[in-house]
Amino acid sequence: MDHIVIIGNGIAGVTAARHIRKLSDNRITIISAESEFFFSRTALMYVYMRHMKFEHTQPYENDFWAKNRIELVHDYVHTVETAAKKVHLNSGRDIVYDKLILATGSIPNKFGWPGQDLEGVQGLVSKQDLEQLEITAPNNKVCKRAVIIGGGLIGVELAEMMASRQIPVTFLIREKGFWSGVLPRSNADLISKHVRSHHIDLREEEEMAEIIPDDSGNVKAIITKNGETIPCDFVGLCAGVTPQISFLENSGIELQRGILVDRYLETSVKNVYAIGDCAQQREPVGERKPIEAVWYTGRMMGEVLAQTLCGNPTTWNPGHWFNSAKFFDIEYQTYGWVWSTPKEGHAHFNWEHEDGVRAVTVEYDIATRKFIGINTFGIRMKHEIFDQWLTEEKTVDEVMKNLKKACFNPEFFDRPFKEILKNFRSTQHATA
Amino acid sequence: MSVYQRNMSLTGEPPKALSKPEKIASAIGMLGLFILVLAFFNIHLPGAGYWLTASLILIFGGVIAFAKAQYGHKQGGIKNDGVWFKDLSSRGFWGWILAIFLTSFYIVLYFFPATLGQASDGAANSGLIGLFDPLSYLLKGKPASQWFVYGTLYTVAILSFGIKFIWKYRHNSYEVIRTGSVMFFQTAFAFFIPEIMAGLNATKDLPYYDLKNVWPLNYYLFDQWNIDQLLANGSLGLTMLLFGIASIFVITPILTYKYGKRWYCSWVCGCGGLAETAGDAFRQLSDKSTKAWNIERWLIHTVLVFAVISTVGVIHSYLGNDGTYWLTATSFLIGTAVFLTVLFALIWIFKRDELQQDAKYGAIGFLMIILAFIAIHFMAGTESLFFFKHYTVRSTYGFLIGSIFSGVIGTGFYPILGNRAWCRFGCPMAAILGMQQRLFSKFRITTNGGQCISCGNCSTYCEMGIDVRSYAQKGENIIRSSCVGCGICSAVCPRGVLKLENGPLEGRINSEAVLLGQDPDLMELLSSKK
Repeated sequence: MDHIVIIGNGIAGVTAARHIRKLSDNRITIISAESEFFFSRTALMYVYMRHMKFEHTQPYENDFWAKNRIELVHDYVHTVETAAKKVHLNSGRDIVYDKLILATGSIPNKFGWPGQDLEGVQGLVSKQDLEQLEITAPNNKVCKRAVIIGGGLIGVELAEMMASRQIPVTFLIREKGFWSGVLPRSNADLISKHVRSHHIDLREEEEMAEIIPDDSGNVKAIITKNGETIPCDFVGLCAGVTPQISFLENSGIELQRGILVDRYLETSVKNVYAIGDCAQQREPVGERKPIEAVWYTGRMMGEVLAQTLCGNPTTWNPGHWFNSAKFFDIEYQTYGWVWSTPKEGHAHFNWEHEDGVRAVTVEYDIATRKFIGINTFGIRMKHEIFDQWLTEEKTVDEVMKNLKKACFNPEFFDRPFKEILKNFRSTQHATA
Repeated sequence: MSVYQRNMSLTGEPPKALSKPEKIASAIGMLGLFILVLAFFNIHLPGAGYWLTASLILIFGGVIAFAKAQYGHKQGGIKNDGVWFKDLSSRGFWGWILAIFLTSFYIVLYFFPATLGQASDGAANSGLIGLFDPLSYLLKGKPASQWFVYGTLYTVAILSFGIKFIWKYRHNSYEVIRTGSVMFFQTAFAFFIPEIMAGLNATKDLPYYDLKNVWPLNYYLFDQWNIDQLLANGSLGLTMLLFGIASIFVITPILTYKYGKRWYCSWVCGCGGLAETAGDAFRQLSDKSTKAWNIERWLIHTVLVFAVISTVGVIHSYLGNDGTYWLTATSFLIGTAVFLTVLFALIWIFKRDELQQDAKYGAIGFLMIILAFIAIHFMAGTESLFFFKHYTVRSTYGFLIGSIFSGVIGTGFYPILGNRAWCRFGCPMAAILGMQQRLFSKFRITTNGGQCISCGNCSTYCEMGIDVRSYAQKGENIIRSSCVGCGICSAVCPRGVLKLENGPLEGRINSEAVLLGQDPDLMELLSSKK
């Protein structure tokens, strides 16, 4: 029986623990400084918006861990000593492991802005970030304006959070459109328009140059690269995240931006593994990036590693790409790949409803007509069907004809697929 | 409210104050209520009809104005901002005040109608009930009663808060249509039709009969006075009685098979209607713990058994064997015993594998209890059951379940236990429909591949206290007897994971499901080992 120690109780570490328990009798210890029990990080925004209380974000009842013989240690790991197979905790306690899983997640990117460590400057990743936010921006009297940097998923969530407490928001995006490194331009514009309709002062192609403190070291204003001064009490850093690995610097584990792992998710040190946001693939799988800070990836890596650790060596070989998000009132789902600009030999078809909150974009191969991927906005789609279509390498024509079959909208919802198909066919004739 | 709340693991800000339009709207509604309070204290209001009209319009208008103030300036979408800030919707001070007010109202309504001005011995009504006389005369040519007052206010509540709910969920067609349905059934079936029919048949004294109120929720359907009154009304009464019997034995099983119990609980039922409309602000207060689930399963089925025993006892006591009724007491008892035994045997033979261990024990135990009671009736004759007269059993049921549980606790405690405490823990009709839904129905809530992020919105806003997330994050369908199909879990899901569906029985229960997204070979392995 091995002692498996997991650092980090996010979705990756917890999934690994649960599956190891299902498959084996190994001793399992999870160490986390962030929270006593596992909670869903993606739900932090709903706690601030008070759709939920913090305890609602905990997917398992508190006695679940003892029942499943998963030991929880609420402490901070300051170093890992791989030679002695030990982790050293802040409390002074050492824990000896047979196998170590690093699932430490990410921290917000900081790009060396002057003033980036002031009071009132933060990202939104951890429970502590949320607690800090309650102090800095509890309401629109304490926080008269918030500035958010970075047009990605966390940025738009933070904007929605602030808006829920009627805090005015200025939202700076370096690119020409919202999340336009990922979304095709028409999709990016749709979201930008929607964000603006929620009274967010969204500014494209605008970057922060520096943050100005007041006399007591709090944020007073920011200055943009165009020289404009924007007074504010809060700066949200949402320009991406980076693996949380600084405590491993002298551990002998090979690091780059993240913790380098092979296809078995093992690091350069034997019996030490890394999963989730903090792992960096030596050979990325397919079109995927070497580091994927995505909930689903963390969950799936946990499932895979549990197999390996329980006698069934399994490589990281995820299925078709999928993801989802919600931008204020617009739900977004994606299956397969839709690039911000079509890859060479590919084309996009884009449809947008006149209501401005529903859209579909598909990417396909022009020569072979192969369906590559789909983005949907305001229309729910069935994961299972798209997974199957991607595996079967359906043509874009088949997919467009059968979109209705993949619809996951609630009953009685309008299903605009006839219109989409008509639209699609007309564009195909035009280009043919 | 200047108390700084730190009652959450994360710090909170003071409860949200009402905006100005919200305050004005509240004041309008309060003014309407104030007229009722004046009447309650027997302040003489000349021209009661005008005062009543003014009061109902103000209450109605106040709710609508409040809805407009809350949702009018917002876009279609989920409107749960600050739910756990607001005192009223998070068991705060005002939540408790409202609960105390509502429970007091129910206690007076059920047990002290004279306080409300209910006259006896042909005298004229006074007080609150007197205020409603003009409306009652208009509809049926008779004076009002405490039930007429209650029915009117109940209907006003469902209609006004129904409009508020529709406003809140205007982007969601399922919610809009469903709410339209409960508003229609309340207004037409529970209010206008029975009241007007009672007026048309004044001479024969046709009982108030809400056709959608099915036994055992309508526990007095088979009481002697009800049966006699129905039979006294010739073919109309007989048709209504037969419809009542068909409702539970034929119509209910068919509709529940096709659509799940939602066709009744969240589309038709009056209790459900009030819970979904006026109770919507409290849905997040239901207890999601496993413990609560266990209590629910034992309690609701115990109430059902109680309802069956009490009804069988009552029917048996007046049927007799002297030929007054078409059915004799003996054949009724034998028939009931055979029916229940056959029903049990069929479930046992075909569905045993789908029952959990404690459900099996419960089913056997409950069957034994009912059969034992029937045997006692058989031997003891018609008058009593042990020491209790049948009508004592029946009136105890009426008191404990019909009044205390469904009214005082079920509705009075909306702000404390959530809006479906009665439906979840007490309603015998929900228990029957729940069994049908669990074992013989095409309804399920499906989950969408691997898209769940375990955020917990679905579980938080499930009024029946179902931990929806625990299924969604495993990729399993949700098939729970308690689910009333309100559709809110699906509405609040930020990632489009949940969908209410009627589909084929095959694969409906899929506890071996795994989340999508993984290497297909691994998914197969995970699925086979689960």
